[in-house]
This record gives sequence, structure tokens and C-alpha cells, in this order.
Amino acid sequence: MPIKVENLSKIFGKKTKEATRLLDEGYSKEDILEKTGCTVGVNRATFEVEEGEVFVIMGLSGSGKSTLVRLLNRLIEPTEGSVEIDGQNLATMNKEDLREIRRTKMSMVFQRFALFPFRSVRENAEFGLEIQGMEKEERSQKAEEALELVGLGGYVEQLPSQLSGGMQQRVGLARALANDPEVLLMDEAFSALDPLIRKDMQDELLDLQEKMQKTIVFITHDLDEALRIGDRIALMKDGSIVQIGSPEEILTNPANDYVEKFVEDVDRSKVLTAEHIMKRPETVDYDKHGPRVALERMREQGLSSIFVTDRSRNLKGYVTADEARQARESGIEKLSEIMKTEVPTVDKDTQIQDIFNIIHDSPVPVAVTEDGKLRGIIVRGAVIAALADGNEVDADDA
Amino acid sequence: MLDNIPQIPVAEWIDDGVDNITDWFSFIFNPIQDGFGWLLDTSAEYLAMVPPFIIIILVALIAFFLSGKKFGLAAFSIVGLIFIHNQELWEQLMFTFTLVFYASLISVIVGIPFGILMSKSNIAQNIITPVLDFMQTMPAFVYLIPAVAFFGIGMVPGVFASFVFATPPVVRFTNLGIRQVSDELVEASDAFGTTGSQKLFKVELPMAKTTIMAGVNQTVMLSLSMVVIASMIGAPGLGRDVLSALQRAEAGTGFVAGFGIVILAIIIDRFTQSLNKGK
Ligand SMILES: Nc1ncnc2c1ncn2[C@@H]1O[C@H](COP(=O)(O)OP(=O)(O)OP(=O)(O)O)[C@@H](O)[C@H]1O
Ligand SMILES: [Mg+2]
Repeated sequence: MPIKVENLSKIFGKKTKEATRLLDEGYSKEDILEKTGCTVGVNRATFEVEEGEVFVIMGLSGSGKSTLVRLLNRLIEPTEGSVEIDGQNLATMNKEDLREIRRTKMSMVFQRFALFPFRSVRENAEFGLEIQGMEKEERSQKAEEALELVGLGGYVEQLPSQLSGGMQQRVGLARALANDPEVLLMDEAFSALDPLIRKDMQDELLDLQEKMQKTIVFITHDLDEALRIGDRIALMKDGSIVQIGSPEEILTNPANDYVEKFVEDVDRSKVLTAEHIMKRPETVDYDKHGPRVALERMREQGLSSIFVTDRSRNLKGYVTADEARQARESGIEKLSEIMKTEVPTVDKDTQIQDIFNIIHDSPVPVAVTEDGKLRGIIVRGAVIAALADGNEVDADDA
Repeated sequence: MLDNIPQIPVAEWIDDGVDNITDWFSFIFNPIQDGFGWLLDTSAEYLAMVPPFIIIILVALIAFFLSGKKFGLAAFSIVGLIFIHNQELWEQLMFTFTLVFYASLISVIVGIPFGILMSKSNIAQNIITPVLDFMQTMPAFVYLIPAVAFFGIGMVPGVFASFVFATPPVVRFTNLGIRQVSDELVEASDAFGTTGSQKLFKVELPMAKTTIMAGVNQTVMLSLSMVVIASMIGAPGLGRDVLSALQRAEAGTGFVAGFGIVILAIIIDRFTQSLNKGK
């Protein structure tokens, strides 16, 4: 068991004894603030994180997520309780042992990246190793491996300020990974990124996780993010953990009104748009390819029709397998002669419910276009699956 | 009513204090006066022996490269220094420069550690801040008096007075610069298991560098102004020409020596500033 947290509390302020007593007596966070001037940051959190698990801690602003994650590596001193990492209690250990744990067992990724602006990308990634006293050559190599892993192999000499937000956070991730820690603590690591890049980073984290099997504690205030990447999710309110469960359990079995409220907004069909469910399109080129190529591609991919574009990916139409076969037999060389031009199209922001109505009676997948260019395709199955998810939640809400 | 309170002999107390300190510490003050005095004199004399055109070319080259290969500062330095030489103030310039150099060097060497101490401890900050306020608001002339008592006359008491007067900015700015380092960077450093000194040297000082250099710049400028005043207790240099012009009411020579100080001030100011921008 890599992380075992028991009765962990943090009370900010001077009269922590009195505040603890009031907590015992069942007073709320607000009452305690009023009576003692102390803020309850985390209230008796108890949970365990399994090896190789992505454990998400979710909650509204001020619910104590950042405090909790900082108690895990003791950037914040706990008022009470214990944090065990591999059987060692972090809460009571001395400074040297704590430093050793921080150097070798756990790394942290920060919301606003917290890169050192005067260090190059490589030097940033090296930081943890440098602190451990590793030789220059060895640490450079390890840092570069970590940067390679997050797709920044070509940027080692740049300064952080020369990179985009998404790339900066990759550096933050590489810096954390270079140490090869057992545990990654990520405090809203993707919250400062814009939505598309954020989604990429989530995917990438999941990819990396598949390879590395780290134990990850991931903080977010975003339910979608929690559902996407969490193996288990803990929900926090006013410093307390109100529910821990798999995404499925949280959605279908909200422990109380607070969780239910949180979950309520996730009517998947309203949130998801074409962009979320589209796939990479298989196409043939109008100018270059004839019926033979079209047929071959359909056979390879197991399709019954294929979209036709011009060289710059403007959508022109589609051909079906049957017609391509006939064309080949009768010696027709040009796709334009057999192509159908009436294609059902939507743009990337079309909501799933609307797509459902279009795809319902279409013989071919729906094309997702942007300024006439083909961006993706949506198959009927994907729409139905997305809608089914949403309805399940709705049914439980009712 | 108020007249009934007898005058408190503060001045006498301070006199006694200065006398006592002079006595008790003469075993330190005297060697400093001799040794450091010798160092200052020799440095200035050797500097004055270097042919002026070599110094002018060197300064111009440094100016050129420090300012990012622009000609402005280099041209100004050449013209300004030639002017000073033309007015037969070259040797005085060398003395003034030597004084400023050593005085600010000592201020910086002592000031930065105090600034670090202040940034690490609120208690230290609460004690040191009023001391710095006192050092800076007390009229600079006043420091000359104990300086003379401790170190006699000449360059050494000048450096001492300048040290007292010019050190506060670098202390304050070091403290400020380190305290300004964002919480997140400090957390990042802690989270990777840095020791106190690793954090200081690998994160805090590099982050605070710009601010500290702004403090160094101020300290250097203040010590230049103090070095001029120090001519009143016999420190040689451009200030002495100003002082003697004042005593003889010669506006012309006074201004000429004053121009020399201004030129030196501008060159030193731009140099320390561009050190900051560099890299
Ligand atoms: N250093 C501190 N001193 C006093 N109170 C604090 C301190 N840090 C946090 N708190 C309080 O503790 C509570 C929890 O804060 P925390 O930052 O952990 O919340 P959070 O869930 O991370 O919120 P957010 O989503 O806004 O980051 C809040 O009420 C906050 O005001
Ligand atoms: Mg937070």
C-alpha cells in the first residue's frame, strides 16, 4: 500500500486545540472560524491509495484539496493524523528522512507549472536529480529521457518562457518523472491549460500511466477530468472527504446531496459535442485515386463507404463499396463519376442530441467539417453510446 | 513645567561611548587604518599610473559590450573621461573611483548576507529594519565624526562612513527579492527535497538577482555621494576639489569638479544597470 492516510487534519490558525475540540463536538467549518478564527483546511481525512492507481481528489474551490495534497508530502504540517508511505509515517519523521522521501519517492506537479524561469527546459527537468547530487552527465541524460517521454525531446535548450502553456506543463511533468518517483502528486496540474490542450494532456497522462504504472494523486475541481482519468475519486467538502468510489459509483450512487449536485450537471448528451466522439476519417483523394484504391482502403478498414476529398482535404462526397466495385468492373477511372455528393455534415460544436437526429436515417457516417474541410467522422454507435451514458445518469437523478 | 526637567546628557553619553569604543577597539581599528589605508592608497596610485588612454579604451570597450553592442554609452564614456583628463582631474578621479569601489564592495559583501538573514527570519527583519532606517535618515555628515575618531583622517574613515550610509539599500533589496520569490517556486523547491542552502543558491538567489542588483546599483550610487562628502575628513578625490572651491567661492572650479562626479556617476550607474540586464 503506497499511501495510507489516517485521520489527517489541518487547521490553520493559532487556537488549533480549541478548534479540534469544536470539530469533535460537530461544529461546522464556518462556526469554528467564527468562534476561534481558525480555518479548517482538512478534517480527518482517511483513505488509502493503491499502487499504480490514479486517485482523484475532487471538490469545489476552498474544499481543501490543495491542503490535503500538500499534507501528503508535508509541504504543510499536519495538525493531527498520519500519512504512511511504504510503511513510514511522514507526519512524524525527521527533516532528513522527509527530504529523502521527497527526493526519491514522491514528486509534485503544480497548477501554474512552477518552472524555474532562469533554467533551460533541460535544467528544469534535472532539478530533482541535481538536488540529489547526481553527476551532471547522468542527470542530463535522465532529464532528456524524461523530456523525450513527454514529447519535448527537441526543446531541451529553450527557456520555459519560450514554450506554450501545454508544453510548460510537460516540462513540469518531466521534472517530476525524471526522479522516477513512486508517487506523483498533481495539484490541478491541467487547470491552467485551455480545454483542447487539457484534453490532450489527460490522454497523454493516461498513456504514460499505462507504461509507467505510477501511483498518482490527482487534484481537480472538474468532474469531467475526474471521470476521464480517475480509477477512484474522492469528493471533498469543507475539508472532509464525503465519498470515495470508482467513477461509476460516484455517478450512480451519490453518497449525499452534495455529491449529487456535483454530478447532476453531467448530462453527457448536453456536454458532449461532435468533437468529443469523432474519429479520424479514412479518405481517398479525388484527383489522385480511382475506384481501385477506394475499394482497397475500404477492404483494409472494413468499411462499406469512404469519404472523398480533394488535395487540401475539402470534403467532396463519398462512394460506397458496391458502386466502386461496379465502377471497377465497367472500367470507370474517375471517382467523380460515381461519387455521391449529398453528405450529412455537422460542425465540431454540434451537440450529440442533434447529431443523433441526423445520423438516425443516414446510410453513411456523419462528416465533421470545419470551413468545408473534413476533420473527422462520427459513426452511429458512438452517438448511441454517448447518449446511453447520459441517460443512465439522468435515470438515477430522477 | 517642562523647564524643570534637567537636560539629559545624551550628547555626553555618545561622546563617552565613541571614546570608549575607540579605546577598546583600537587594537582592531589601528591595523585596519594602516592596512586598509595602505591598500586604498596603493590601489589608487597604481590606477593613476596606468596611462589614461588605456583606461579610457578599456572602459569604452566594456561599455560597448555591456550595453549589448551599442555605441551610446561607449561614446559617452570616451567623451566624459577625456573631458575629465582635459580638466586635469584624472588623478582625483582615480582616487574617487577607488574609494567608491572598495566602499561599495564592502557594503555588498556585508549587506547581502544580512538581507538573506532578514528574509529568512521575521525576528531579524523586525530588528534590522529600524536600524537600516536609522542608518539612512541620519544626515550623512554625522557619520564622519565617529569615523574620524575610529580611523583618523584620510580614505579609511571615508570608506567607513560610506559603508554605514550606503549599505541599507542592498540589505533591503536582498530581503525584498528573496521574499518576492513566488510561493509556488518555493514549494516546488521544497517538494523536490532541497536543503535550506540548496533552496537559497539554486532558487531564491537566482530568482532575486534582478532585485538584488537594483539594490547594488543604489548602494554604489549612495557610496559615490558619500565619498564626495568624505573629502571633508581628508579623503582625496574629486570631492576635495569641490570642497576647496566652496571654501574659496570659486564657482567655476566647483562646477568642473562637479561635472567630473556626474560623469563618473552616470558611467557607474549604467554599468551596474546593464550588468543586471545582461544574460
Ligand atoms: N495558509 C493558509 N492559511 C489559512 N488558511 C488557509 C491557508 N491555505 C488554505 N487555507 C484555507 O483552507 C481551506 C482549503 O483551502 P485549499 O487551498 O486547500 O482549497 P482548494 O480545494 O485547493 O481550493 P481551490 O480549488 O480554490 O484551489 C480554505 O478555506 C482556505 O481559505
Ligand atoms: Mg487548490
